Amino acid sequence: MSEKVLEVKNLKMYYHTSKGAVRAIDDISFSLFKGETLGVVGESGCGKTSMGTSLLRMPTVPGKFEGGEILIQGKSIIPMAERDVRKDIRWQTISMVFQGAMNCLTPVYTVGRQMYETLYEHKPMSKKEAQPIIEEYLGHVGLPPEVAKRYPHELSGGMKQRVVIATALFLKPSIVILDEPTTALDVVVQAQIINLLKRLKQEFGLSFIFITHDLALESEVSDRICVMYAGKIVELCENAQVFGPQGPAHPYTEKLLLATPRLHKKVESLAFIPGAPPDLVNPPQGCRFAPRCHKVFDRCLVEEPPLREIEPGHMAACWRCF
Amino acid sequence: MSTTTVQENDVILRVEGLKKHFVPHLSLVESLGKPKKIIKAVDGITFDIRRGEIFALIGESGSGKTTTGKLIMKLIDATDGRMVLDGEDVTTLDKPKLEEYRKKVQMIFQDPYASMNPRFKVRKVLEEPLSIHRIGTGYKDREPLIREALESVKLTPIEEFIERYPHMLSGGQRQRLATARTLILKPKLLVADEPVSMIDLSTRAEILAMMKDVQQSMGLTYLYITHDLSTARYFADRIAVMYLGRIVEIGPSDEVIDNPLHPYTKALIAAVPEPETGKVSVIKDLPIFGEIPSPANIPPGCRFHTRCPYAKDSCKEQVPELVDVGGGHLHACLRAHEI
Ligand SMILES: Nc1ncnc2c1ncn2[C@@H]1O[C@H](COP(=O)(O)OP(=O)(O)OP(=O)(O)O)[C@@H](O)[C@H]1O
Ligand SMILES: Nc1ncnc2c1ncn2[C@@H]1O[C@H](COP(=O)(O)OP(=O)(O)OP(=O)(O)O)[C@@H](O)[C@H]1O
Ligand code: SF4
Ligand SMILES: [Mg+2]
Ligand SMILES: [Mg+2]
Repeated sequence: MSEKVLEVKNLKMYYHTSKGAVRAIDDISFSLFKGETLGVVGESGCGKTSMGTSLLRMPTVPGKFEGGEILIQGKSIIPMAERDVRKDIRWQTISMVFQGAMNCLTPVYTVGRQMYETLYEHKPMSKKEAQPIIEEYLGHVGLPPEVAKRYPHELSGGMKQRVVIATALFLKPSIVILDEPTTALDVVVQAQIINLLKRLKQEFGLSFIFITHDLALESEVSDRICVMYAGKIVELCENAQVFGPQGPAHPYTEKLLLATPRLHKKVESLAFIPGAPPDLVNPPQGCRFAPRCHKVFDRCLVEEPPLREIEPGHMAACWRCF
Repeated sequence: MSTTTVQENDVILRVEGLKKHFVPHLSLVESLGKPKKIIKAVDGITFDIRRGEIFALIGESGSGKTTTGKLIMKLIDATDGRMVLDGEDVTTLDKPKLEEYRKKVQMIFQDPYASMNPRFKVRKVLEEPLSIHRIGTGYKDREPLIREALESVKLTPIEEFIERYPHMLSGGQRQRLATARTLILKPKLLVADEPVSMIDLSTRAEILAMMKDVQQSMGLTYLYITHDLSTARYFADRIAVMYLGRIVEIGPSDEVIDNPLHPYTKALIAAVPEPETGKVSVIKDLPIFGEIPSPANIPPGCRFHTRCPYAKDSCKEQVPELVDVGGGHLHACLRAHEI
């Protein structure tokens, strides 16, 4: 097995709201290996973005770590001083393309100016010094240097997303978290961006955490798949263990896959999971998926299933899988 | 009469040579010395929507789908062309006729939350269209219709939902409410512009299933606008593929997906991810170049030639028209027979 670049142990991150603590990340553990892409999937609200911001050690307010560890290249980052995180970790070692970032570019500044500011914040330098770096990174994402002089509204969605990706790579991180990087784009542009990400990963020797709710997309990009439900990891395994002939182990993953349309294998109707994910302030006792599960039995309602290895390299948290 | 021609009364909406050209607003300085570039968002489209079918309009961002939807909703006026609803020319309508038309043709918007008054409870959200169209005189009169609409989209138990505000509904439930609100006027044609594109997969499947149930039980006709081929195949009876303001291929859904004739359709299909293993280290071979050109600068000849891997010199000059290859399958490619 190759080197671990990131290790998460029993991590908890809750949002402290007036209604109580939203348990968005509730005791999760996993590792990311050098050069791999780990796909994080799950329905809306299951904690995918929260996982991403936690790994950067910048949960959005009112989020707070409630336990566990994040080790980045062996260093435990939760106890570190903010100054040291900024100096060595955030953006330099681990960076993130935020969900919807392409629509958050400042409309009044040129692309070049925005890229310069990001660069300057971490490595003070003159505009003149920055220009070749900006042009180089625009080149890496397949954009001509003139794009630096353009305003965001003059660019297509695909071009804006390329700019955001270039900015995330600026400080030469080794881990990049991509949060729904193609959800707002149409299929052709999505496929172009995915091809670009695969090339960049090779070229820069990156490791990716690829967040999306689209399982079909995960099948094309991720070496391993991490399925989240209600703040927990419910299945963690190799790509082929979900998308191969044997199919996934956890009933939730099974249902998600059945809800994923296949262009070339038409079915009469797509399955869906009735009901909605639980309230994370008061999650149900036992297995959190039990109220919606088609394989539920008595034990599920009282005892929470741990995430356990069910075959080599395949973890699942379900009483039916053990 | 041959089997492929559709009888006139089977057609609910006929669109003929429809165009929408926008003249951009430039500031005085910007316009100095520059000829005004006309944006040809919709540039001559012709199709029939048949009674009781789901007709999908597919294409990349910027291909003109929403503009087509707005033309059909009569939210904007056509630059050229004709529309016929139920045998009646509806290209230009006076005010009372327009009101009548807006009852028959309803639209579900992409973001249902934005189109709802957040201070209205579900019952009021549903009562609003009835009062606008002066159906019934008070809540008592309208209640049966409201219940029927909630029932049809399965927002049940009704008592529980009718007193809620939109923010107390999940994304999927909100989309159900939006659907109920359009169904309550018993429209003939429902235009749904990307109704599920921002929603996660399971909820998306649930909403499409619900919409299809309602369509079948009420005998409705849908125009389903999307860039998502895989849901279109599962949801729609026929698919029209649009590129830069024109329709390049049209046919029964299975035909268009299994046997695509236009290089653009082939490229769209190649781009769709399939949930299968073994592709992680593969860079996808996309049979299409670059990005969609601006509709202010439409390439001559076949407008797809700048991105088409099969383009020949003749494609740069000759404008391909839709050709019928039988079985209601049409394409607009000069080289379809040889590729
Ligand atoms: N700043 C916040 N304050 C309070 N609760 C929050 C905050 N951010 C997220 N949450 C809640 O935490 C849970 C997880 O949210 P998160 O954004 O991580 O989900 P997600 O999986 O990324 O969903 P989506 O697919 O919709 O992006 C949800 O219940 C959400 O409502
Ligand atoms: N009011 C307008 N004025 C000028 N140009 C417009 C106007 N409305 C649309 N356009 C342009 O017309 C083209 C087609 O737009 P339209 O919104 O119909 O595309 P679409 O196929 O719905 O795309 P998407 O998938 O992004 O929703 C675009 O290039 C758009 O910028
Ligand atoms: S007509 Fe020519 S350019 Fe147009 S799609 Fe066919 S082969 Fe390509
Ligand atoms: Mg998210
Ligand atoms: Mg649109």
